[in-house]
Amino acid sequence: MDLKDLYRDVIVDHNRSPRNFRQIEPPRREAEGLNPLCGDKLHVYLRVSDDRIEDAAFEGSGCAISVASASMMTEFLNGKTETEALDLFERIHEMLTGNESDMGDLASLGKLAALSGVRQYPTRVKCASLCWHTMKSALSGGDTVSTE
Amino acid sequence: MSANPDTVLTTDLDIDALRADFPILHQEVNGRPLAYLDNAASAQRPRQVIDAVSHYYGSDHANVHRGVHTLSQRATDAFEGARTKVRRFINARSDKEIIWTRGTTEAINLVAQSWGRPRLGEGDEILITWLEHHANIVPWQIVCEQTGARLVVTPMDDTGQIRLDEFERLLGPKTRLVALGHVSNALGTVNPVHHVIAMAKERGVPVLLDGAQAVPHMTVDVQDLDCDFYAFSGHKMFGPTGIGVLYGRESILADMPPWQGGGDMILAVGFDETVYNELPWKFEAGTPNIAGAVGLGAAVDYLDSVGMSNIARREATLLEHATRVLEEVPGLRIIGTAPGKAAVISFILEGIHPHDIGTIVDHEGIAIRTGHHCAMPVMEYFGVPATARASFAFYNTEEEADRLAEALVKTREMFA
Repeated sequence: MDLKDLYRDVIVDHNRSPRNFRQIEPPRREAEGLNPLCGDKLHVYLRVSDDRIEDAAFEGSGCAISVASASMMTEFLNGKTETEALDLFERIHEMLTGNESDMGDLASLGKLAALSGVRQYPTRVKCASLCWHTMKSALSGGDTVSTE
Repeated sequence: MSANPDTVLTTDLDIDALRADFPILHQEVNGRPLAYLDNAASAQRPRQVIDAVSHYYGSDHANVHRGVHTLSQRATDAFEGARTKVRRFINARSDKEIIWTRGTTEAINLVAQSWGRPRLGEGDEILITWLEHHANIVPWQIVCEQTGARLVVTPMDDTGQIRLDEFERLLGPKTRLVALGHVSNALGTVNPVHHVIAMAKERGVPVLLDGAQAVPHMTVDVQDLDCDFYAFSGHKMFGPTGIGVLYGRESILADMPPWQGGGDMILAVGFDETVYNELPWKFEAGTPNIAGAVGLGAAVDYLDSVGMSNIARREATLLEHATRVLEEVPGLRIIGTAPGKAAVISFILEGIHPHDIGTIVDHEGIAIRTGHHCAMPVMEYFGVPATARASFAFYNTEEEADRLAEALVKTREMFA
């Protein structure tokens, strides 16, 4: 295993300068995600209009993997429909936890494909998936989610 | 071998020879020699402990206190013999004062439920400190909910030491129990327990010490401490997991009702009346962790043979070296800087989350703990979500500390 599979340049970059690291003013959907194991805490904000995500943002603190994952997620979600977002959740989940053969077309995930290296680090999968669970919760009305 | 570790002459330990006793240390992790610096979470076992457990299962096992047959007698002798070893190790007056538990956590819960619950009432106070492990917070919160008592917390200062002036102020007419850690697992602070116990005694308040992090690293003498309860775990002192000890002053234990009911804790059972067993078995319902106790007895023998004063001295040297090399890592800040600390270094690296540090140093074969260390109030006090923590045992080396420092420099480069 090479550490560079986990800490790819794009992940290091998004950790250093997280995109959409802010709140969204109401009306908004939101949820909080906690990873009690390592103390990660993310708050995800979404503005959804006519079934389409017009803006996605997040705040919080966490490790490089969780911050980069959230940063890239907010970029990717912009303009997606709710169904597309939930579909993406499933694909990311598959990428992080499934077999290599089930990972499908990584190219269509763009930068998010950089998270595929996390799969080799079972102790870090929850870091990468925290924001995605939180996003899913925000879409369905919001609540605190915990990865423990 | 000496019953009293204080009488062991202080000598230079042969670290290579001691390391040879620990089979697990001799392996590669991620292509590098393992550097195990997570001893405060759980220490490793010497061959002598592994062999004792293996011999017990291979030759002596049967249920204890039950059979007239030979194996049952052997198992009982081994089990009770281990109790005597532990009693001598912490210098308790009587074997009756040594209760086997699953660990420190269960020992504290036993006191909370058996001593606390029948005695505490509305407005009574249990005084703890900001430094406590969750195991010395949550059992008291539970008994407070059950009884209407209140949990009162002694603050600490920026070095990670409890504020004795505040402790004295908070130790009031409603304080029913003082419960504090002997050594902080998160920061390594050695609390001024003699002073705290003396203040509590002056007011007639009993004291429980959470000794999980103290017993493996220093001589502990419960009579000298004059505490009422002392709780510790086998697995942090090179013994098996799932076994621990509650020391309790005999006069207090005698007044406490059983905590759990079942076999072994009774003398006679009828549907109208049941007569409880004597100390210490009154608190040991069900078939106990016999092999765990035997292994812990072997761990005590091992620690005696090395000598607790030698261990304390060795670890102080290691701590000094590790502190010096870690302080040279740019951007590193040590959290918890009390004088006379145990060999625990909690730290943060500017701009890098501890979880990332843990993964990167693991790649170099170095095991450290990252997270809140079951001490979330401590993390909150220092305004960090988590820290990285290197915790040393006598079998660690200066070279391992150097490797950690180098790995941390690499970590910084990776995120630069």
